[in-house]
Formats: sequence, structure tokens, C-alpha cells
Amino acid sequence: MGYMSKVLLSAASGAAMLLGGQLAPVQAQDGKDANFVPLFTYRTGPFSGSGIPIANGMRDYLEMLNQRDGGIGGAKIVIEECETGYDTKKGLECYEAVKGRNPVMVNPWSTGITLPLIPRAAVDKIPVLSMAYGLSASADGQTFPWIFNPPNTYWDGLSVIIKHIADELGGLDKLKGKKIGYIYLDAGFGKEPIPMFEQFAKDLGFELKLYPVAATDMQNQSSQWLGVRRDKPDYMVMYGWGALNPTAIKEAARINYPMNRFISIWWPSEDDARSAGPGAKGFRELNWHGVGTDFPVLKDIQKHVVDKGLSKVAKGKEGEVLYNRGVYNSMLIAEGIRNAQKLTGKKAVTGEDVRRGLEAINLTPERLKELGMEGFTDPLKLSCADHNGHGAAFVQEWDGQKYVKVGGPIKPMEDKVGPVAAAAAKDYVEKNAGWPKRTEACDSK
Amino acid sequence: MLYRETGQFRTSYKADMAVFPIRQDRIGLAIILLLAFVATPLFGGGFLLSAVMIPLLVFALAALGLNLLTGYTGQLSLGTAGFMGVGAYACYKLTTFFPEVNLIVWILASGFFSAAVGVLFGLPSLRIKGFYLAVATLAAQFFLQWCFIRIPWLYNNNVSGAIEAPVRTLFGMPITGPHATPELRYLVVLSIVALLTWIASNLVHGRVGRSWMAVRDMDIAAELMGIRLLPTKLLAFAVSSFYCGVAGALMVFLWYGSAEPEVFSISQSFLILFMVIIGGLGSLIGSFFGAALIYGLPIVLKSLFPMLGLSVGAATIEHITFMVVGAMIIGFLIVEPHGLASIWRTIKQKLRVWPFPY
Repeated sequence: MGYMSKVLLSAASGAAMLLGGQLAPVQAQDGKDANFVPLFTYRTGPFSGSGIPIANGMRDYLEMLNQRDGGIGGAKIVIEECETGYDTKKGLECYEAVKGRNPVMVNPWSTGITLPLIPRAAVDKIPVLSMAYGLSASADGQTFPWIFNPPNTYWDGLSVIIKHIADELGGLDKLKGKKIGYIYLDAGFGKEPIPMFEQFAKDLGFELKLYPVAATDMQNQSSQWLGVRRDKPDYMVMYGWGALNPTAIKEAARINYPMNRFISIWWPSEDDARSAGPGAKGFRELNWHGVGTDFPVLKDIQKHVVDKGLSKVAKGKEGEVLYNRGVYNSMLIAEGIRNAQKLTGKKAVTGEDVRRGLEAINLTPERLKELGMEGFTDPLKLSCADHNGHGAAFVQEWDGQKYVKVGGPIKPMEDKVGPVAAAAAKDYVEKNAGWPKRTEACDSK
Repeated sequence: MLYRETGQFRTSYKADMAVFPIRQDRIGLAIILLLAFVATPLFGGGFLLSAVMIPLLVFALAALGLNLLTGYTGQLSLGTAGFMGVGAYACYKLTTFFPEVNLIVWILASGFFSAAVGVLFGLPSLRIKGFYLAVATLAAQFFLQWCFIRIPWLYNNNVSGAIEAPVRTLFGMPITGPHATPELRYLVVLSIVALLTWIASNLVHGRVGRSWMAVRDMDIAAELMGIRLLPTKLLAFAVSSFYCGVAGALMVFLWYGSAEPEVFSISQSFLILFMVIIGGLGSLIGSFFGAALIYGLPIVLKSLFPMLGLSVGAATIEHITFMVVGAMIIGFLIVEPHGLASIWRTIKQKLRVWPFPY
């Protein structure tokens, strides 16, 4: 026991010293201009299946800019990953660790981590980019000047799915008398679209069946699918995450549910569909960017990063849905920094500059071509009022090997989504008494 | 050397039964309190306070609460996170209903709601023991988490389904919300934790604590000696849940800032149970040791590799943390099943007789 206690004592004193040492801000650069982009990633834990491709995509795009162009506008990008494990407390620890080191923005990649950061962003002057997740109401730039969630919200996604179903049936009025099932993660994310779904059901005259899946039961959905079998909905809509997605696809295949009537929001990956075997063929989901590597930007990543052995991505996994989503996310980061540099004339920018830069994002077709993303995604324009863009999404179908696009881009139903989003933003402000009015000046017209 | 009690005579029964009978212990405690209350907020810096000290104190308080139940009374509970959640949601409801009342009042009051729920789920403890009781408290965990998800009234119908800490002030300075300084938040957490630890110390050293330990060691013998089992066990459940509830409220209001129901999941319960086991069952200081080790070790490991100049991926460090913590749990169970607190006692005993080994 004497030895044990000695070891412990020395470990404790070592720990105390280390904690003291960690507080000094790390300056990774050799005096040159640089922009610090922390990436909150999760390569471990129950959600790592989704987290790893996203992390790889985000990192590889930024690394490609460093390798090909020497960074952005002559300033290197200092990339640093912080492992959150999709756990709020670790995410907050990551945030505390980076916030003193002038990060240009944070990408929490978890709604649970995004929510506590929303009030802090304005105070710490660090913009939050929660790409198509987080608080949907934060699309309102007048209320949330520091939060960005392009290119669509979950409400936009729902309206696109409804439109897609209507298109297949031959018009919105054809939805009357139909039955639509909704299987979702029983948490904030899955419950958010329900009021709007119910409104749609009332307006369009279809019947809505709810199949909630508790987070603890993601891998056991037999009772929900028993319900589906009994109710026989004409269409199934899914808002899932993590293990919920592959399990649902498997269960749907098992009960022979017609897969091309099973439509998910944009999170299922190739692996989720693949694991269900050939029965998953025809499974549909929304997306807003290309899959595969047939884009100049992906070729550049392969050439400058993957082939040089600088990436962690497994061979052949680049170009998958979630990898490309990471690439898209990093493209927004890079555009934000680039715009900030243009607006301020500085090379090394701050969070405040990048907030302005993100509001100035204007991905015209020409700009997308310059970025090597022609045909990869649709144009997107953000403004001071609109931090989302409410861009179009398209439907893609699993053909057994890969996702293929079916049909063209579908715009969200602005008239239905707009009021809901505005009401939610208002509700947030009311419940958080003393929420600051926007004082940040507006650059773009 | 310094730690020697020669010449310290205890002339009264009271002095002999004091919590800290040795003068050096009292001095040590004063130094620790001074460091915690003065030096840490003065020289700590934002990261140390917000990301290390506040979480550590919150976990220590929760571990202390569980320790009162599991370590002192011998009732195994897996519902810790659920009881923490009750505290957090109660505090949220109270402070949104009555915003003018000071938040600290509500943080302490929310503990009573948690205590009431704890008593309710403690009722089966008279009939069932050990693993069966663990399963019953597991039901509490799942039921409570289900409530946090399914009862919109609890989170004021927020679209996000999460509770968000509104801005509240203390002496005109914000203690919650984005403008609250880490120093003030830390001091509030530390004061509450110190106060509750002091109360717990008095409880376990008094009649109540003795009856808890009697029940733990052999309930039939305790009953024969005139301890009524049901009130004793229920009191343990109530006090333990009170501590957990306050810890939950502190967690959401002074640390996270907002919380989804997922925060109060079963994994949180297990985390706190591990803290209690590693720290030492039936020891107050063990709760602090356990929290420091389980919560602090990953942070230390994270900074260890860059300090050594090794470039290790963020995920690799996480994997190493898992392995080290896992190995430590097994190691402790083999080498020192009574946890860090027992090692601490051994060190103290050795120091008292140093340099003569007994």
C-alpha cells in the first residue's frame, strides 16, 4: 500500500502542475498570420458512426486548403479537433478550452452542445455554425446574430418531404385521406417538427400516426414497427440519428414496407442503409449536396490530402454522404473566413469579423464553380436577417450500393415554415427575459 | 515530522469525539478552504474554474449524496441522475414561476422536491434489498427521464425540449446566463457544496448517521436495537436525493446553462456510482476524491500528451482515457476495494507514526 500511495501522490502533484500549464494559450504558429478553427468532433461513443465521416470531411477540406492554397487568403488554418463524444459536458469543456484562443467560430455538431452556446456566443464574440441542426429558430438573424444554421431547418426539411410526397401523388390535394407515419427520436430534435406536421395534416387532410422511439430504445423498435404493420401508413417519414436509423431501415425491410415510400431527413449514411441488406433498396432521404467524388473539390481533396496520407478517412469512404456533408460544412467555414478577410482587409480574422463574413455568404453558381462545387450543391445566400437561406433540398434513393438523386431540387414551403420559425424565435426571446436586441451592424444589403 | 499529535491532549469527551481531533487536520482543512475560496478564484482563470472546478464540485456533491445512501446506509441506487434531474427541473419551474426570488433559495428548495421523489422511490427499500433494490431505483431513473421528455409542462413547452437557465442575479451581479463570471459561479457552487458537506458531516457523525450505518452493517441487529428501519431508510433516501437534486440544479444553472433530458441519462448515474466506488464507500472525502479522479483524469490526460510534445489525435486520447479509467476501476477493486479514501486513511496513519513503521 505504501508504494500505491506514493504513486498516487506523485500523480496528483503532476496533475496539479499540468492543469496550471494548460491554461497558457497555445500559439501553434511560427509568427505568421493564421486563423484558428477548432473542430468539435466525435470519433468515439455511440454516435461515432455518424461522427467519424463528418469529422474526416471537415478536416480534409480545410487541410486541402492549407496544402493547395496555403490556407485562406494567405493565412494558414490552424485545425484542432476536440473530442466531444457527443456528450454535452465534454463539448462545454472543449468550448472552455478553445474560447480564449481566438477561434473564428465553433461547430458543435450536437444540439445538446449548441443550446448552451447560443446565449454565450454574443458575449464571447464567437459565432456558432450549427449546420442544419441545433435550434431551428436561430435561423432568424435579427434575434440570433451570432448563430448560423444554413442551409435548411428541420421544418424546411419536413415541408420538402411533404412536397415530395405530393409530387409523387400528383398534387397537394391528393394527400387527402392518406395516412402518413412519423417515426422519430423522442427528443427535442424529433419532436420539433410535430406541431407543424399536425398543421399540415389538418390543412391537407391526411392522417398522422406518431411512432416515437426513446433514445434508450433506439436499437429495439419492434413495437413501433408492429404498429406500422397494423396501421399500414401510405408513407413513412423518419427523423432519426445514430443507431435509430439503421435499426429503422432494417425493421422496415423486415416487414416489407415499400422502401420508396420511406423518406428520412438528411442524416442516414450509406452504412445505415447497407447494413439492412438488399431489402433497403429504394430507401429515400433528403440531401442538399452531391455524393460521390465526381466533383473537382473532392478530386482536390484526394490529390492533396488523401493520397498524401494526411487524412484519416478509410479508403473509398471519401465521397460518402456524411463525409461530403463535412466538406460542405468546412466550405462554409472557409467562405466565412474569406468574406471576413475581404470585409476587414486583415489576414488573421476574429470571431467578430467572421460573424460578418458568414452573413455575407453568397454562393452564386459562379462562386460554386470557383470552389470546385459546380453541381455539388445549390446556390445559397445568407443575410443579416436570414441566417439559414432555407435552401432547396432534393431526394436521393439507395440503390443497394450508393445513393442516387431522384428528381430535382425542391424548395421548402416558405409560407408555412416562415411563420412557425418566427413564432419560435419570439417564444425563445420571451422565455429568456432580457435577451439582447441585435446591436451588430449589418454589412450586406 | 509535522503531522504528529504529541502534546495534544483531549481532556473532554467532546474533544475526543470531534470530527477533526488532530490539530494539524484542522489547520489543513483551513488551508484547503482558504485555497478553494480565495486562491482558486483569484488565480484560477476561466478554464480551470468553468471546465474543471465547477464540474468537479457538482459531481462531488452528487457523489456525496449517493454515498450517504449507498455508502452509509447500504442501499444501492441507480437513480442518481433521475434525482438530479428532478432538482434541475424543479428549480427551473420555480425560478420561472417566481423570478423575483433569489435563485440560490430555489436551488436549495429544489432539493426538497427531489427528496420527496426519492422517498417515494425509496418505499420499496423496506421489502427488497441489494440488486433488487438497484432494479427498483433503475425504474425510477427511466421513469423520471421519461417524464422529462414527455411532460412539456416541465420544460415550459420549449420547442427545443430543453430547459434554459434564465439570467438571475445575486447582489446585482449575474450568476447565470452568459454574463456570469466564472469566479462568481464558482464561489456560489463552492459555498453551497461546502455548506452541504458540513451538514452531511454532522449528520453522519451524529445519531442519524449511526443509525444509517447500523442498518447498513446488519439491518436485523439494528432493528433489535430499536432502530426503526423504514423511517431510517426513507430518511437516507430523502437526504441523498436532496443532495442529488441540489447537484442537478447547480449543474444546469451554474455549469451547463441549458440541458436536454439526455443529460440525466443512466450513464450519468453510473458515472456517479463509479465515483463513489473509486472514491470510497462510506466516506465523505472519498466522494471528492472519486469525482476528482473520474472527472479530472480525462482532462489531465488530454493536456498530458501535448505537454510531452506528442501529437496524438483527439479521439486516440479519448480511447486512452477509456482504457486508463477502466484499468483503474479494476485495479482499485483488486488492490484497494475501499477506494481512495482508504488510501488516504493509510497515508495519514503512516504519517502519524512516521518514521516508525508499524
